[in-house]
Amino acid sequence: MDFTLKIWRQENASAKGRFETYKVTGISSDCSFLEMLDILNQQLIDKFEIPVCFDHDCREGICGACSLYINGRPHGPDSAVTACQLHMRKFKDGDTIIVEPWRARPFPVIKDLVVDRSSFDRIIEAGGYVSINTGGVPDANTIPIPRANAETAMDAAACIGCGACVAACKNASAMLFVAAKVSQFAMLPQGRVEAKERVMRMVAKMDELGFGNCTNTGACEAECPKQISLSHIARLNREYLSARVL
Amino acid sequence: MSNILTSSIGKKLMMSLAGLFLVIFLIVHLAINLSLIIADTHEPFNKAAHFMGTNIVIKVMEIILFGGFLLHMFYGVFLQIQNWMARPKRYRKENYSQTSFFSKFMIHTAAIITVFLVIHLLDFYLKAKLFGEVPMAIYDGREYHDLGTLVINKFKIGSVVIFYIVCFMILAFHLLHGFQSAFQSLGLEHKKYTPVIRALGVIYTVFVTAGFMLIPVYIYFWM
Ligand code: HEM
Ligand code: SF4
Ligand code: FES
Repeated sequence: MDFTLKIWRQENASAKGRFETYKVTGISSDCSFLEMLDILNQQLIDKFEIPVCFDHDCREGICGACSLYINGRPHGPDSAVTACQLHMRKFKDGDTIIVEPWRARPFPVIKDLVVDRSSFDRIIEAGGYVSINTGGVPDANTIPIPRANAETAMDAAACIGCGACVAACKNASAMLFVAAKVSQFAMLPQGRVEAKERVMRMVAKMDELGFGNCTNTGACEAECPKQISLSHIARLNREYLSARVL
Repeated sequence: MSNILTSSIGKKLMMSLAGLFLVIFLIVHLAINLSLIIADTHEPFNKAAHFMGTNIVIKVMEIILFGGFLLHMFYGVFLQIQNWMARPKRYRKENYSQTSFFSKFMIHTAAIITVFLVIHLLDFYLKAKLFGEVPMAIYDGREYHDLGTLVINKFKIGSVVIFYIVCFMILAFHLLHGFQSAFQSLGLEHKKYTPVIRALGVIYTVFVTAGFMLIPVYIYFWM
């Protein structure tokens, strides 16, 4: 398969940046999107040009490092997968593919397609942990947890912190991420102890960092590779409002 | 730490409460308006308008209503400006993600509703309150503003009728996203009841805006 790529190139955080057009040919339909970029980079290296910088680590959809905004959608045209799990068969031969970095004030571009997502770390530092002493490993079933709650907590914990929700949202809101991180604790007894403090701190940090306000558009849920549900955002709203008002 | 009035979720709390208050207000407003085309005379409408204009409880409600509008508008604009600032550099290929369609245009529908509100208030409310250019009617020996005649004269003008219809369509777009969004903002989400709320939102929007549209059309053609 042959593709024309329009890729955002930016030397460093303060450079202006521009789109460059590249051609890649003879790409296998089983190639992953990142492998296709590897092939492009080898071509560039062979021509003594600077390869395209992009984030990646596990390449199996579990680390959340890859972060490409492909043809107007975070992680590209496939649903419920990360960019590393996206395959070229999802495109048509001869397609022009536009590749951009995540765009949000709290995610500044470092180089090319790499953005600084440490804002998410700042939010986790603000409260995304359990600091109470929970003692040694208890016997199984000494803390009864309804199965439905355990499942909901597990669904929320599937968030890999990739930032696609922020990238997809027209408001660059981080609500889905924060909702997932608040929910995974809110559903479990160990997390309830600090629930009020946690939600107030994490929301305050999210606001302070300059993420937008949620207007319930649902783009985050549509693009999240881990299919984190909007119902977690409703829970975040409930947790926050009850912590504040009650 | 941020507080309930300035945090992102707090802003949505204010907006959604004010928005739902406006949703209820629209029902009351529509019910009074419908009395104009349902009854044979303007009497019920004029009396209702008189009651709304003089009763002390309603006077207080009126202040709350204006407050509700201002609160909703203030937070809406405040929040939207922050949201624009959250993405200083936009995408070359704008978002293709699937979303609640009308959610993309809330600020635009809001701007048109605001313009409508100003014109609408100038047309009727302020005319009655300030300028006194209103004919009078007498029921049971008491004088009333004949607002019914004012309304009917206004809606005999074709361009006014079209303007009102277009504005109610825009209001419908605002509500198609807004109604259900308000519940989500309040954290009221439930596997079983959320689909009911969404359906209610659509039913409410269709009936209320169609009701408002019916009045100028009916007056123009049949009164
Ligand atoms: C009768 C008139 C109106 C009604 C019934 C109404 C109702 C609503 C409701 C229920 C919401 C959803 C709130 C939420 O999710 O928290 C909303 C959102 C919004 N409203 Fe209004 N509104 C009206 C007029 C206006 C006006 C005049 C403005 C002018 C600035 C405005 C600006 C906005 C904006 C910007 C949003 C988007 C925020 C969001 O999506 O959450 N609205 N409206
Ligand atoms: S909620 Fe989904 S899209 Fe957002 S950071 Fe977590 S995994 Fe990525
Ligand atoms: S590289 Fe780890 S999720 Fe894509």
